Amino acid sequence: MQKHTFTIALFLSCLGLVGLAQYNWLDQYILTVIMFMGINIILSSSLNIINGYMGEFACGHAGFMCVGAYVSSVLSVAIFAKDKVFGAPMLPPDLAWIGFPAIILAGALVAALTGLIVALPSFKTRGDYLAIITIAANYMVISAIENMDIIGGPRGFQGMKRVINSMYDVADIPWMLIWIIIGTLFSIFLIRRFVTSTYGKGIIAISQDEVAAEIMSINTNKMKISAFMLSAGLAGLAGGLFAHVYGYVNPQSFSIMKSTECMVMVYLGGMGSLSGSVLSAIIFTVLIEALRFIIPEVDSLMHSIGILPDSYEISQVWKWVIIPMILFFLMQFRPEGIFGNRELPDSFPKLRKFYSFK
Amino acid sequence: MPLLEIKNMTQRFGGLQAVSDFNISIEEGQLLALIGPNGAGKTTVFNLTSGFYQPTEGTIFFDGKPTAGLKPHQVTAMGIARTFQNIRLWHDMTVLDNIRISQHYRMGYNIFDAFLRTKRYREQERSIDNTAWEMLEAMSLKEYAYERPKNLPYGLQRRVEIARAMSIRPKLLLLDEPAAGLNSADVEGLIKLIRWIHTEFDITIWMIEHQMKVVMSLCEHIKVIDFGSTIADGTPEEIQANPVVIKAYLGDDTI
Ligand SMILES: Nc1ncnc2c1ncn2[C@@H]1O[C@H](COP(=O)(O)OP(=O)(O)OP(=O)(O)O)[C@@H](O)[C@H]1O
Ligand SMILES: [Mg+2]
Repeated sequence: MQKHTFTIALFLSCLGLVGLAQYNWLDQYILTVIMFMGINIILSSSLNIINGYMGEFACGHAGFMCVGAYVSSVLSVAIFAKDKVFGAPMLPPDLAWIGFPAIILAGALVAALTGLIVALPSFKTRGDYLAIITIAANYMVISAIENMDIIGGPRGFQGMKRVINSMYDVADIPWMLIWIIIGTLFSIFLIRRFVTSTYGKGIIAISQDEVAAEIMSINTNKMKISAFMLSAGLAGLAGGLFAHVYGYVNPQSFSIMKSTECMVMVYLGGMGSLSGSVLSAIIFTVLIEALRFIIPEVDSLMHSIGILPDSYEISQVWKWVIIPMILFFLMQFRPEGIFGNRELPDSFPKLRKFYSFK
Repeated sequence: MPLLEIKNMTQRFGGLQAVSDFNISIEEGQLLALIGPNGAGKTTVFNLTSGFYQPTEGTIFFDGKPTAGLKPHQVTAMGIARTFQNIRLWHDMTVLDNIRISQHYRMGYNIFDAFLRTKRYREQERSIDNTAWEMLEAMSLKEYAYERPKNLPYGLQRRVEIARAMSIRPKLLLLDEPAAGLNSADVEGLIKLIRWIHTEFDITIWMIEHQMKVVMSLCEHIKVIDFGSTIADGTPEEIQANPVVIKAYLGDDTI
């Protein structure tokens, strides 16, 4: 029983969260931040498969997120909403809540297939060269979508709010929060099971010595395909959820900047540490939101004491000075991240009593 | 039918002919050695045998089947395991995991079994685990199961690497300079270990070794190469008395 303490506590807190949202005891803003936390957890833990466990350096994670976001958005609007381009809904909108998981998974599946753009070159290419390929893949996806006018091109794509609203018509519960909780738990569950199996540990062997891995009977090419597809697929899942929280997607939201955010989270938490990824995603989301308030505060403070000229304003763009700076100091002072490649119970063995998470 | 048969194998790296017209036929149960001065091409022969390189010319047959075109992991799955001249363990995972993961080829389940933790997954993981613990027990490594190889003394790392290769349950074990870097007490232990593995597991062992003491006390047959070409073949006594070999090693006091 004690072994399940953690699982039960996790389950209860998720339930509690849904309850709080249901009875409007949570501010809409706080709720949105919590949803972004879930999405960021999926993003950082899925990128950790490649950059942490497999020891590669992928910098285009947002590209796969973009594929998942667009595929699931287009599907959900085409199937469950009335739309100028796609016409009348194919299925009655009150079924949207049933179809939604399938739509998100379809987006994830297409994103996983897109992962092959990186997986196949990774057979022969490593390190810096593969990193360049991942950046190229990120750009390829974004540019391809910008050139597809039917789904809005650079202007973006919307209409997902209508699908979410038809879920609210069926039942008035915090749907998006529920989907995100399910998506986050599902992702962590898959990754956890992958990296603790002898099968998945093949990618850890690849990261530590690829030649030895191949000679010791590991089909390294197959493992790379599995890892890249799993990672890209989960990024796509995060993208689908992200698109439906916003109700609007735009190719530029999935630029290299977004990929950088994913990398900051992985390196902050620790390469090859799932608990690290989860924790750093939470810290990172809070930090980003905090900056939203801190930057204007600093701006008005500096103006009031007259350090800054009136013509200059510290804008939110400074976020992009601060985030890379975190990476900078992290690499200088704690390159292994918060957890290194350890897990929470490795650092606090007493926790082990409370969970068996296989 | 010989277990391993290599015919007219040649390997070129650009202008360099690292191995020239190499021939060998190894019978099941043999314990033999490949020796030669530094840079003679010994490791290259092993790299070719384990499928890491495809030979420029010539053929390799293992168990009667050609290995041409196979990837190293497929060659290993046929029953050829090896160790490396510079130990290549996965240094940042436990000894136990090192030995578990090298059983990848007979894992017998796929990624979805891993996600769903199916019956097949549980059975296979249990069998992988059992094999790993048996191997640790047999190689007297049990107490180091949860250590990371990088924290172990060199002699033990060698032993772990041999255990890892053995967990593949090979028919042929290739050892690339297993005694390199060991002190004399460890070398004694290694000689005993190799002899024990050879009889206990009833396998064929082909080793590269510089230390004549090891080769002389273990091997029934020795092949000598220099600049990629075979210069001698015979029993330890014949090799030690062979003037061509002595000339090749002249100035090299390891013989
Ligand atoms: N991948 C490669 N590319 C180019 N040259 C190589 C390659 N591998 C080996 N060589 C060259 O082939 C020759 C034989 O090397 P090899 O490692 O097989 O020698 P060795 O007999 O194992 O020597 P040692 O006793 O030093 O281990 C050397 O001259 C080496 O530089
Ligand atoms: Mg060598």
